[in-house]
Amino acid sequence: MRAHLSEIIISAIIFLAVAVIGFLAARWKRPASMAHIDEWGLGGRQFGSWVTWFLIGGDLYTAYTFVAVPALLFGAGAAGFFAVPYTVIVYPLVFVVLVRLWSVCRRHGLVTPADFVRARSGSSTMALLVAITGIVATMPYIALQLVGIESVLKAMHVNPTWALIVAFAILAAYTYSSGLRAPALIAFVKDMLIYIVIIVAIIYIPYKLGGYHKIFDSAQTTLSAKKTPGSTLLGPANQIQYITLALGSALALFLYPHSVTGVLASRSRNVIKRNMSALPAYSLLLGLIALLGYMAIAAKVKPIVTDGKADTNTVVPVLFDQMFPHWFAGVAFAAVAIGALVPAAIMSIAAANLFTRNIYVEYIRPDADPARQAAVSKIASLVVKIGAVAVILLISPQFSIDLQLIGGVIILQTLPAVAVGLYTRWLHRWGLVAGWIAGMGLGMWMLYQIPNPATNHKHFGGSNFALSKWFDPTSIGLNAKTTIYVGLVAVVANLVVAVIVTLICKALRTPDGVDATSPDDYTHDPAEARPEPVSVPRQPGQGTLAGDELPEPAPTT
Amino acid sequence: MSEQQDSGGPGRSTGRSPWHWLLIVPVIVPLLTFLYNGKNPYFLGFPRFYWLQLAFIILGVGTTTLVYRLTKDRGDRS
Repeated sequence: MRAHLSEIIISAIIFLAVAVIGFLAARWKRPASMAHIDEWGLGGRQFGSWVTWFLIGGDLYTAYTFVAVPALLFGAGAAGFFAVPYTVIVYPLVFVVLVRLWSVCRRHGLVTPADFVRARSGSSTMALLVAITGIVATMPYIALQLVGIESVLKAMHVNPTWALIVAFAILAAYTYSSGLRAPALIAFVKDMLIYIVIIVAIIYIPYKLGGYHKIFDSAQTTLSAKKTPGSTLLGPANQIQYITLALGSALALFLYPHSVTGVLASRSRNVIKRNMSALPAYSLLLGLIALLGYMAIAAKVKPIVTDGKADTNTVVPVLFDQMFPHWFAGVAFAAVAIGALVPAAIMSIAAANLFTRNIYVEYIRPDADPARQAAVSKIASLVVKIGAVAVILLISPQFSIDLQLIGGVIILQTLPAVAVGLYTRWLHRWGLVAGWIAGMGLGMWMLYQIPNPATNHKHFGGSNFALSKWFDPTSIGLNAKTTIYVGLVAVVANLVVAVIVTLICKALRTPDGVDATSPDDYTHDPAEARPEPVSVPRQPGQGTLAGDELPEPAPTT
Repeated sequence: MSEQQDSGGPGRSTGRSPWHWLLIVPVIVPLLTFLYNGKNPYFLGFPRFYWLQLAFIILGVGTTTLVYRLTKDRGDRS
């Protein structure tokens, strides 16, 4: 118990130091007034390459990822390693797409993906669907960050309930006052800690366990002896699943509102392009973290049992607890806990922006000025976080894990409206709506039929759909047990329906929405030197466009 | 993702440089399971499945960096 006490003290000190940074962030690159949704919700749209790298890195590679991916390898073996190809292919995949999104949002002063859909398709229905999809997909993701913190608390034998409430109250307070600047600044500290912990872990732990070769061999032996045997390689039945899950997850990642928030907060197109080359550093980190799952097997880690169920999400914290000196385990636990705060803050900001821009302004107060919007967003972000804590504490963490699986499938259904919309205006607004309904319907129906034997749930137990429910996979030369990622199937159905309905609408001459954007909006690139306003005097006549009318940052001298 | 929509004549940045097609390579290669789904050869104690997929990160970074450099000037304000 004394050992845990030193871990608790060290992680609490680091955690509180970070909270102070969060409050001070409001003063960082301070604008004339924080009362503007671009300032609170997008950090002033001024982040350069380094800040963006830390911000998006902290945003996408969450504490839950760091806890859950090794847990997947611990439980199932090679299939869990899909996170690596997923986070490798995502950057070349969205390299061109994101700069187009950035440009059009800058030109028109857009804040959320639903804002873009509103402007592009001229359909408030489709924009509302995109906004609701985004909020529903993000909420369980925020709750999952709590699962990350919870796993650390369990490893230190702390009662999670009160600690979670305190942690989230602190998070809510500094997000409220500092907006996106808080996670951007905290992300620096978080990533430094995570990189140090992981570099130590991947050298020190294998050294104590007898090297990587031994770790992989031991993992193979243990996995293949399980009741449902796993392997450190893919089998004939799960290769399609591996590929479709990696591709589907990559397509979904930048449709999440919090990813878009991170991208729109950057200063220029080149900042985004540079980051597409630099962000894979985190993928390397994630790949190495994934292997902690095998190290846990080799170190004979027993996951912590709560209410009779073994919680595999605790394997990494327990591994750290077993292998590291106590003071360093404390640092590692703090890194995971802080790692949860950065994405939770950005996600709650993104969800709040969606509510404000696409529900409040669109349907309740169309005349709300940017200051009013910022005020509404701040309150909405509080509501979102209270909701997340309530879901974890009152319902169950498993509920949010199941919901998050669904979240990936549903956010993919915004692909035709958002990603395809960035390239072509050909799809009719009713085609987009019909496609969304079809994709959602099919996705839900498939997810409903997937059981989870581990938790004894009959429905919504995963995202790998057995092809044998539809036809005999052996008839086309596949293994009888072949599974496929639901999201990818659903989005293909979505696209097909969108195309068919578009053709019908065009044949019937159904009026389409009005496109508020023009082709050169998508390559719009204001001067890269914006954060040094001293050297770039504002020319009269410029700034007539909404996106360029942001308050200039105060001169620092 | 097909039609050439951007107006703007030659010399003007359209964000549609043919170099962008290079980006397909690091999207496709990591999805070819037959390349890496095996143990041998080992590298630093890692089976091929693990070290080769981690090596694809270098492929991804290399390609995006190359495309960024090739399209940078044209991608900026012109």
